[in-house]
Amino acid sequence: MTLALDLALCALIVCVSLATVAGGGIFRAIIFFITYGLFLAIGWARLGAFDVALAEAAIGAGLTGVLLLAAHGRLRRMRTKAVVQRTGLNLPAALAATAMTGALGWAWFALPAPSVPDLSQSIAQTGVGNPVTAVLLNFRAWDTLLESIVLLAALLGVWMLAREEDWNTPLGPRYHALSGGVLVGFGRLLPPVGLIFGAYLVWAGAESVGGAFQGGTVLAAVGLVALMANVLPAPSISQAGLRIALVLGPGVFLCTGLLAAALGSDFLSIAPEVAKAMILTIEIALSISIAVTLALLVLGPPVDTQGAP
Amino acid sequence: MMADIATYVLTALGLVFFVAGTVGLLRFPDTFSRLHALTKADNLGLGFIALGLAFQAESWAQLAMLALIWALALLAAGTVAQLVARAALAGLQEDE
Repeated sequence: MTLALDLALCALIVCVSLATVAGGGIFRAIIFFITYGLFLAIGWARLGAFDVALAEAAIGAGLTGVLLLAAHGRLRRMRTKAVVQRTGLNLPAALAATAMTGALGWAWFALPAPSVPDLSQSIAQTGVGNPVTAVLLNFRAWDTLLESIVLLAALLGVWMLAREEDWNTPLGPRYHALSGGVLVGFGRLLPPVGLIFGAYLVWAGAESVGGAFQGGTVLAAVGLVALMANVLPAPSISQAGLRIALVLGPGVFLCTGLLAAALGSDFLSIAPEVAKAMILTIEIALSISIAVTLALLVLGPPVDTQGAP
Repeated sequence: MMADIATYVLTALGLVFFVAGTVGLLRFPDTFSRLHALTKADNLGLGFIALGLAFQAESWAQLAMLALIWALALLAAGTVAQLVARAALAGLQEDE
């Protein structure tokens, strides 16, 4: 019975991925891409990788989907029909993607199995019970630190698209929500539940499924819903609190790493006695930064819509 | 044993509603009636599936989570249906 379920799931993933790349317009491709991410999340959950499943659903399907939809909406508003309508098979891209997949598949079988040291005995010293969090914030903290900085760099890259005179205009398109309408009601009802759920994911990440990236994405979504319902005023780059929130995570992460180095051990090493407190501090700071960065990425660069041609 | 039978019956009933909603989505002529089929039938279907799974829950916390999932899906589906309908209506008026 479970074999039938898994086979059906695999078939669905393959079919939806083919539908994503098979053409038929950009909007359809985006919708299939979101569906593909949700099916992948179910696949990860079937494999028992619940942290990855949550991340795939929240970031792979949800956030990336919203980013793609926002880009599609912007292209449509710019009336770049000639660019948007270009469909059909892109042969060089298809060949390159197929070759890449083939090479990766070949490498998987050709390379010898790596000899991984057994770290299961060391989890107890990391301060957290969730092995994924132990790897992300203790064993391989370098990767996570650089990831959080990459996210910040991506946002700076988006902001570089702004024109000098637009710099202080509020971020994002002007949302029209009818006062007393459904969207405003939704924007008031959802945030309390979403805030609790996002904070729970960050807190629970230490011992079970969850973490800064999953929790941060939920918080970003809550913020975006509140913005779209005009419950929150549109932010602007000049707000000091916003800038502090952006660098809080990488900053706290770097400072704890430097502190460890100053106290005589290695950069980014965490002493077992203080590990839990330090990891939770880093996780909370990281999730605030991730939430604000992701929400601002969706809002895009500051554009003066009044003065736009 | 009784609980298992209840789960089978209720989740099967939920699936019937999902199939009905999907058929409506594919067969109905315009955006508004498609939305009607999709949200009404799927919300009921999800409710029956959550109710069926509730008979397998091991704790009150799991029951509460199932109820929360249904409530959030209901809230999101209702809101999105309104927004899609309004966007479709605006599109119709633009065409005229």
